Amino acid sequence: MHPSTNLGRRRLLGTAAAAATAAFFGTSGRVFAAMEDVDKAIADFGGGAEAADGTITLTTPEIAENGNSVPVAFSVESPMTEESHVESVMILAADNPSAGVATFHFTPRSGEAKASTRMRLARTQDVVAVAKMSDGSLHRASANVKVTIGGCGG
Amino acid sequence: MAAKPRVKVPKSVAAGDVITIKSLISHKMESGQRKDGDGNPIPRDIINHFAAAFDGEEFFSVDIDPAVSANPYLEFSVRVDEAGTFTFTWTDDAGEVITHEQDIALKS
Repeated sequence: MHPSTNLGRRRLLGTAAAAATAAFFGTSGRVFAAMEDVDKAIADFGGGAEAADGTITLTTPEIAENGNSVPVAFSVESPMTEESHVESVMILAADNPSAGVATFHFTPRSGEAKASTRMRLARTQDVVAVAKMSDGSLHRASANVKVTIGGCGG
Repeated sequence: MAAKPRVKVPKSVAAGDVITIKSLISHKMESGQRKDGDGNPIPRDIINHFAAAFDGEEFFSVDIDPAVSANPYLEFSVRVDEAGTFTFTWTDDAGEVITHEQDIALKS
């Protein structure tokens, strides 16, 4: 057997499979969200302001055994006064069928801009948290979560 | 819509304390991504909004997407300055609202 022939055949089959997959996803539209959707969601959320890293801490497990229920928590440094507080925090999952997870709205009475919930992750992906402050500034944090069993059903 | 919600609020606090509230409500949160046995999509049916108010004034809310897990769990904070009543509401896609009230006292 000539190694070069096998490699050639394998590459041809791989290309054909890739083309078929691309055609399927192409005609039916994108199946999963992607970083561009995340960027667009952040632009809509923050009115186009640049999101600086830091000020918000995002806590997720490194590995999620069950993609159906992945804990997610965040905390934003802020005095939470009328003059200076967190207005909203948006959580996005970059590679879910749809990027949005939840958007939390705070007021000074919240005391602390922190919250947690449990989310579904379809597969291993980046989770992004973006905080919008009362002065219009945006802050973001992200974490990669490895998912062993995907949690989007179907 | 869903089963009775369970909310954990401390019974009494010192004025000015920031406390943590934990809420849970039973709901399958049908995402709209699943298909039934015949391959037909199962329609989306979720709780899409949660709000918390103190003595009628809303202080916290969440816009919820289908990526939130079934039996949505929400944990959040509030600063308590006086005794009063919390009102928590969950709204689903059909516009139905479930309401739960809980009092809090000040430590004397």
